[in-house]
Amino acid sequence: MRVLLIEDDEQLASYLIKALAEVGMIVDHAADGKDGLFLAAGESYDVMIVDRMLPHLDGLSILRTVRASNNHTPVLILSALGEVDDRVQGLRAGGDDYLVKPFSFAELHARLEALLRRGNTDVPQTQLKIGDLKMDLLSRQVSRAGKTIELQPLEYRLLEYLMRHVGQVVTRTMLLENVWEYHFDPQTNVIDVHISRLRNKIDKNFDTTLLHTVRGAGYIIRDLQ
Amino acid sequence: MISNRILRSFTFRQVLLYTSLSMGSMVILLGFIYWATAGFMDRELDATIQEEILGLSEQYDSQGLVGLSSTIEDRVALNPRGPAIYLLTNRNLRPIVGNLSAWPGNSDAESNWTHFKIDWGHGAAKHIARARMFVLNGGLHLLVGRDVHSLEKTRKRILVASAWGLAITTVLSLGVGLIMSMRVMRRLESVNQTSLEIMEGDFSRRVPTVGSGDDFDKLAINLNRMLERIQALMSAVRQVSDNIAHDLRTPLTRLRTRLEQVRSNDTQSASEEIDQAIEDVEELLATFNALLRIARIEAASDKVSFKELDLGNLVRDVAELYGPVAAEKYQSLQVKNQGKVPVQGDRHLLFQALANLVENAIKYTPEGSVITLSANTTEPGALVKVADNGPGIPVELHEKVFQRFFRTDSSRSTPGSGLGLSLVRAIADLHHAHIELRDNGPGLQVCLQFGN
Repeated sequence: MRVLLIEDDEQLASYLIKALAEVGMIVDHAADGKDGLFLAAGESYDVMIVDRMLPHLDGLSILRTVRASNNHTPVLILSALGEVDDRVQGLRAGGDDYLVKPFSFAELHARLEALLRRGNTDVPQTQLKIGDLKMDLLSRQVSRAGKTIELQPLEYRLLEYLMRHVGQVVTRTMLLENVWEYHFDPQTNVIDVHISRLRNKIDKNFDTTLLHTVRGAGYIIRDLQ
Repeated sequence: MISNRILRSFTFRQVLLYTSLSMGSMVILLGFIYWATAGFMDRELDATIQEEILGLSEQYDSQGLVGLSSTIEDRVALNPRGPAIYLLTNRNLRPIVGNLSAWPGNSDAESNWTHFKIDWGHGAAKHIARARMFVLNGGLHLLVGRDVHSLEKTRKRILVASAWGLAITTVLSLGVGLIMSMRVMRRLESVNQTSLEIMEGDFSRRVPTVGSGDDFDKLAINLNRMLERIQALMSAVRQVSDNIAHDLRTPLTRLRTRLEQVRSNDTQSASEEIDQAIEDVEELLATFNALLRIARIEAASDKVSFKELDLGNLVRDVAELYGPVAAEKYQSLQVKNQGKVPVQGDRHLLFQALANLVENAIKYTPEGSVITLSANTTEPGALVKVADNGPGIPVELHEKVFQRFFRTDSSRSTPGSGLGLSLVRAIADLHHAHIELRDNGPGLQVCLQFGN
């Protein structure tokens, strides 16, 4: 996996290069907007991480230029500006995801994985399947080992998002943004409560556990067998 | 000092300007009146004299000296002491007939008109007379005139009256101007004095009002409102910086201690300690973000992101999200009505506000409590209520809980930043909604009234 990182903060950049290399990614780094655009236009990457505020040329301008030349490489925007309006601006400029500084590496990694795999799920699916857990997207029926599981609408949406990202870490923020479609900061462990209810329905009384907690990052649904 | 200030005051200068303008127009008006009255009398007199001379000269031409002198004699006999004056002399100006003893010396040969003093005897003052001289055919000199004493008196009276009028008006307008400027200055002075005192640091000072509701009162009321707002903002800033000092310093100290411990004991518990440290940092960041967010929302004035949305829907979403959280505490979270409640707003911010209110209700009420959410369309706008039957908040703290970092004594044991309700208030203010805590008897009711 080739990643282009356009980030002017030296410390953050060197930390990210190291951490991304550890998870098996090959990183090219540009420290300002001009170099960044040069690399983005000339080379081919699987994903780009673009800081919003950069010397010489800001991140959104790079993004617009790249998109104008029909380059559809997934882009994750990093920014210290975190209000809904800023986010909308970033996504309108052609960003695929928006991450507010400061962030944990687990969050960045989870989002990068989601972006990298997104291309594969473009084929219209009618059924999601992990081990013996099945979700029928047309009839909105969920069953495990042939037994129908009754889910609330919210629980269904939550499970659908997790199953569409099978094998990937999904963070709490990602769930809030994508399942609830509200940008807000809960003060309580509201996501955990919903996950534990979902877990009660799909994992309890079954031999294998599908929905796992990833410490310090979020949740993952996968079949270990 | 004060007189100097009055002379320099704007009002007094205006008054001076208007006074001089009105003086000018009054002079023109009085001049016209003088010309129309005194001038008219002069012209009438001259015309009468002229006609009389003409008549007498015609009489001389037709009836000769005898006829003329008898006519003059008749007229003089009728009124020997004026006001009509006649004198007929021979070629050498020796009087023949008339009530004037001698030909006046200062005869003006050019215009034939003359002024001279006339003495009617009896020790009375000499009167002024105006006359015309005429040379009849045959060299006789005829003089016809009038005693203009009373005319002069009238003329003088008009002049004096005009002068008095002008003087009195000037004095009056200057006086009024002085009083006006003093009154205006006194009102302005109170504003100035208050500003000075405030600049010197006494921010509790307010501009005094008279209570008449006039322009100055309105100015004073608006200034006072502005001062009120500034003072509130200043005390909020002061309070926030005090609280930041306290509320951010505590977790920072904790973090530092933790990191120092990790360095000193190189055991395997290090990773656990570091996890704790990261949690501390998360908590700090959350507080910091919340503060920034409140500040940004409070400073936001543009409502570009406002769209029509359904509060009823929003309330149901909040209930759907938090229902399971409440259920974990054996609490019940109920939505009262199902109707559509349209409102202009930012759905993310309003969701945040409602989420904060519901989280508070869940956090600060005991197990088994009932939390009710409702959204209604009322006059003047939408009304959202979050009510519980928990312990409530004492009335005297109903306003205080909206302050940043404020936590009631009973809430200190539960985790929280003390910023939740501040954020709710900032969001409410942005939507021109009024937020109020009420006693739910028992419990607490938070009302969010839109449309103010």
